[in-house]
Amino acid sequence: MTAGRRTWSILFICWLLVTGATLGSLFFSEIMELPPCSLCWVQRIFMFPLAIILLVGLFPPDGSVVRYALPLALCGVATAVFHVLLQFGLIPESASPCQQGVSCADVSLALFGFVSIPVLSLAVFSAVAGLLYHSTRSGCQ
Amino acid sequence: MPVSRLQIVIVAAASMALAFVLAAYIYSAQREDAIRAVSEAEDSPLEREYSVSEGPADARVVLVEFFDPACETCREFHPYVKKLLAAHPGKVRLVLRYAPLHQGSDTMVLILEAARRQGRFWETLEVMYATQPQWASHHQPRPELIWQFLPDAGVDVERIRKDMRDPDMMAVMHQDLADGRVLGVRRTPQFFVNGKPLLSFGRRQLKSLLDSEVAARY
Repeated sequence: MTAGRRTWSILFICWLLVTGATLGSLFFSEIMELPPCSLCWVQRIFMFPLAIILLVGLFPPDGSVVRYALPLALCGVATAVFHVLLQFGLIPESASPCQQGVSCADVSLALFGFVSIPVLSLAVFSAVAGLLYHSTRSGCQ
Repeated sequence: MPVSRLQIVIVAAASMALAFVLAAYIYSAQREDAIRAVSEAEDSPLEREYSVSEGPADARVVLVEFFDPACETCREFHPYVKKLLAAHPGKVRLVLRYAPLHQGSDTMVLILEAARRQGRFWETLEVMYATQPQWASHHQPRPELIWQFLPDAGVDVERIRKDMRDPDMMAVMHQDLADGRVLGVRRTPQFFVNGKPLLSFGRRQLKSLLDSEVAARY
């Protein structure tokens, strides 16, 4: 299966998003030394491989990469939704899988007061999942 | 046009990598300035009156170490720090500050403070480091195991159990933790030589910072 120009562009945009997110997450942990909590780690596990898989799907252009990338993105969306709800107090912390160390409910960084790291993660996973799904729809070549 | 696509991706990847490196550089430089503004100030919180200190009071070089008794790197660095001090006899004073960042480390800090009342701080620290692999496993820290080793430090264990409940000990630990936060101590060991933070971590870096300060002051 090959990819049309439009599909390639969508895959490229998705790759840009996940690579930016991967580098951003490494910046938070390695440069700013914010320790990732366990839910952050689960999201990283879904995010980091996307940067590799999508790049492989770009050369040579291969639209079937969506079959492998979309499940990762959807799992990322699910984890990020849970994490965001936890941070906003909509899920009690006792329901979280966090252990001692870093609490997942702690907000260690907040842009404009509400854009925490899990919110950024949710935004990227949702955008990538939406774009990947869109690229598979008929009429798209 | 596979070639132009490849070029697009290469340029994008290079830009993102460059942005990462630039951001890291700017962030680190700002953080370093912020730490220096505190650590090199006249009234810096690097040392308190109560702080553990070894070496001549008139030494012109002061090496401050924030340490965690449960930290493996602190354990590994301890003999090296002593070697560095021995290399500059009478010129360097060592100040130890607590940074109990691991689970169970707070118990160790209180034990050390209690042992200090018996004049056995250094002996107790040696015993703690020597037996650290047994009580400080990160998967399952068991600080209670330290008690069986404490007699090796020549301390009165019962008195330690009693003294460590003294609120003064807790106050010392909390003050050290608060000072560490102000000074940007997030990992242990963190060293400061005459107020200058050792930001690039390593034995060689510590030695060269200390050597240069000694050379500048003597």
